[in-house]
Amino acid sequence: MELISMKAHELHELIKKKEIKAEDIARAHIERIEETDRNINAFITFKPGEIIENAKKIDRYISKGGVVRDFTGIPISIKDNICVKDIRMTCASKILADYTSIYDATVIKKLNAQNYLLLGKANMDEFAMGSSNENSAFGPVKNPWDLERVPGGSSGGPAASVASFEAVCSLGSDTGGSIRMPAALCGVVGFKPTYGRVSRYGVVAFASSLDQIGPFGRDVTDCINLYNAISGHDELDSTSLDMKDKKDHEYKSGQGIKGMKVGVPKELMVKEVDSEVKASILNTIKILEKNGADIEETTLPSLEYALSVYYIIAPSEASSNLSRFDGVRYGYRDKDAQGLREMYRKTRAAGFGPEVRRRIMIGTYCLSSGYYDAYYEKAQKIRTLIINDFKKAFSKFDILVGPTSPTTAFRLGERMDDLLLMYLSDICTIPVNLAGIPAISIPCGLSSDKLPIGFQIMADTLREDNVFKAAHVLESEINWKITPKI
Amino acid sequence: MEDNTKNLENSNNSERIGNAEEECFETIIGLETHVELSTRTKMFCGCRLSFGEKPNSNTCPVCLGHPGSLPVVNKKAVEYAMKIALALNCRINKHTIFHRKNYFYPDMTKNYQISQFNLPIGIGGYVDVNMGDYTRRVGITRVHMEEDAGKLVHSGTTGRISEADYSIGDFNRAGTPLIEIVTEPEIKSPLEAKQYMITLRNILLYLDVSDCSMEEGSLRCDANISVKLKDSEKLGTRAEIKNLNSFKFIQKALEFEVSRHISVINSGKKVIQQTRHYDDKTQSTKALRSKEEAHDYRYFPDPDLVPIDIDESWIEKIRDSIPELPNQKEKRYRDKFGLSDYDSSLLSGDFGISDYFEKALKAYDANPKGICNWLMGDFSAFLNKDQISINDSKIRPEHLAGLVKLIDDGKISSKIAKSVFEEMYFKGSDPDEIIKEKGLEQISDEGELESIVEEAIKNNPDAVSQYRAGKVKAIGFIVGQVMQKTKGKANPALVNEIIIKKLS
Repeated sequence: MELISMKAHELHELIKKKEIKAEDIARAHIERIEETDRNINAFITFKPGEIIENAKKIDRYISKGGVVRDFTGIPISIKDNICVKDIRMTCASKILADYTSIYDATVIKKLNAQNYLLLGKANMDEFAMGSSNENSAFGPVKNPWDLERVPGGSSGGPAASVASFEAVCSLGSDTGGSIRMPAALCGVVGFKPTYGRVSRYGVVAFASSLDQIGPFGRDVTDCINLYNAISGHDELDSTSLDMKDKKDHEYKSGQGIKGMKVGVPKELMVKEVDSEVKASILNTIKILEKNGADIEETTLPSLEYALSVYYIIAPSEASSNLSRFDGVRYGYRDKDAQGLREMYRKTRAAGFGPEVRRRIMIGTYCLSSGYYDAYYEKAQKIRTLIINDFKKAFSKFDILVGPTSPTTAFRLGERMDDLLLMYLSDICTIPVNLAGIPAISIPCGLSSDKLPIGFQIMADTLREDNVFKAAHVLESEINWKITPKI
Repeated sequence: MEDNTKNLENSNNSERIGNAEEECFETIIGLETHVELSTRTKMFCGCRLSFGEKPNSNTCPVCLGHPGSLPVVNKKAVEYAMKIALALNCRINKHTIFHRKNYFYPDMTKNYQISQFNLPIGIGGYVDVNMGDYTRRVGITRVHMEEDAGKLVHSGTTGRISEADYSIGDFNRAGTPLIEIVTEPEIKSPLEAKQYMITLRNILLYLDVSDCSMEEGSLRCDANISVKLKDSEKLGTRAEIKNLNSFKFIQKALEFEVSRHISVINSGKKVIQQTRHYDDKTQSTKALRSKEEAHDYRYFPDPDLVPIDIDESWIEKIRDSIPELPNQKEKRYRDKFGLSDYDSSLLSGDFGISDYFEKALKAYDANPKGICNWLMGDFSAFLNKDQISINDSKIRPEHLAGLVKLIDDGKISSKIAKSVFEEMYFKGSDPDEIIKEKGLEQISDEGELESIVEEAIKNNPDAVSQYRAGKVKAIGFIVGQVMQKTKGKANPALVNEIIIKKLS
């Protein structure tokens, strides 16, 4: 079997048995990237020389008897909003085009402890704002299934790099669907953990109360393993969960879903969901039923407001989070500006792209005195209603399921002039972030024009085990073998 | 450190000078005080607090506002804040949260300050301010936590950012824990405002939560002031004076404002609500450009920080850690040591002096009044003359105690004590050693004194006959002769006794 088509856990077995070297795996992926990425554009920073050097170091470590962990020597791409010390981090923005991270994110420290191999920094929508990866100062990412189409966003680079066999796995961030949605559109597995499971220290904040780092892989096992590698309490992130006093439901592979209670919220099967997608989702639900799960349609009425709530809370937090990018201490600065105010204005006007500027303005407006109560505060109240709706649902169901994205991959440019349509791309994923619950997207079928469809599985806070259980069963039943022809 | 009494007296004078017209007006002042805490590390990161170190040497991704960094609350700072709130008689909000105050300025690395808004750590307290002949109770609206900004130095002669070619930033101070203490508008005069600050500073020093150095900016305040006609119900329009960093400036700036408001009102014009700055060179306040005050801070709860939930046992633990405060000390000095109201108030009203007093008591606790007299008398006079604080004096508290003990034990006379004290003050030496070295120990040996007395009686027959003729005072002359002979070392009481015995 070709090296690049192997999963991380398969490569891991070979590395452990010393049947293969990290350097060979690295070379195979570098070759692949050099062959395909001029079309895909999944990488912003990619340095083959350094990758080989690092792979050799890992091989020396293994040959000296170093412990081979799940990701030792495994090439992983990292979304370019996660800090890797001494490596450029752009957030796909002009304002950080020449910025070098001065420290490692906690997730990177954890992967370093396993001696993973950094393949490069993956392309994305600027500051993770977007659903198509067209908002990148480094050019759009193309969908490996159809180069005329978008890979989804904002983690388009991570999803496309894994789908096109350029990377074995990837780390992305998910604020409103930014992992699951591109995973669905690219036919890979993408997982967003419970808010607080993975430290946010070192991921550039978009909307702090919604952001969560998560894994991409070509199967569920790789996602579970990568999630296990990066999760855990971190003293550097106050919002990271300390499991000391909480019960942790550990997942063991092979647990079936017999008797599992599955809810299908009708609010996620909205009119915007394409008929082919809908058919595929219903088909997948039948597979769950066939395997012994109890299926029932249900309703979470407040989800109707999720998109509106999200587009108040996320831009509000972003408007404050992004104010540090001002040209004063690091990053791009307009050198010709006269005086402080003009420097701020010109730097930020030229440094940020249109979508980022738009969201900063929306957020600034929502937080302004006189508008705060009507927008931000009200949105927070409705967010609580959404959380309560999920709580209620999970008192009855083990998992909730539905589509990840209402449509398959759309054409480049298709939604750039219709922002509402663009924002609707995340209608099925956004409620999960507002509630802070875990959710996965797994490929469940192909449309008539040969584009992947994603199936979303959600569970209650800290019940990753239920997500994994159902995902594993579906994965083996669906037996997804189709790959993009690139 | 300033001498409270002196200023109180001065200001009382200046108040008496006030003309009849001013008496038709009422002044209302509220103060917002910022205190830099003396925790080991910063408010939201592990960087050490430093003063005067190499610029930007104590910084990290968090306090420099680098992408991806996150704040984590310093528990010690929260405890210091609780301590302050409790000492100011506040209620502790058991559910307290941090907000972001958004504004762009290059000294604020994130372009927002993490602060508190509607759920500050402490609310609803008060401070009693001793005004000599009355006590002013000043309500404390709130005590809240926040972070300090960095320091900017602007090129050019004016030191203003708008006129500078470039500015350089030092972020060692960025993220220093700050406590803001806001009073109710209940302060009635510039003098009360100053006395409130002196009282507050003293409490903070007792709590040992800040060095409270006004020169270094670790204690500074903003004042809100309005003036209205006494019989008017409606409050006057307020002016805010920013960044007052000495007791003197607080009083002077506010005195200037009072007369400015009065003359505006008298001229029939309206006072404009504005932010002003005090310039000590001109001893006046100037309005800042209105552009600089047009802020909408867009406060919202900081999503990077979780709420702090404080339980009763934590509050009790902190309450127990609060040392005896000035008003409690004052009571103890009066009731237990029998010091006068005046002495008790002065001693407890200055952390440095009271701390010194207590240290001296540790060395010798038999005569608090005696130690107090030295502190209030000669010692104060010397310190005032040299314009230094008691902490900078060469005399160690246990040496002062030793001096009092020497007097009490009859080893030296109070006259000798004065010269011993001078020696101590200038050289910092131990009084025991001084009297040993200089042979100043009082002669209390009866045999030795008897022969000296006999000699004096023999050499001064006139005085002797006057005494025998009933002029009791003549004995003083003979005592004087003995003292002269012994260079003042003879125990005067004993000498007196011997003379009477010999002449009867």
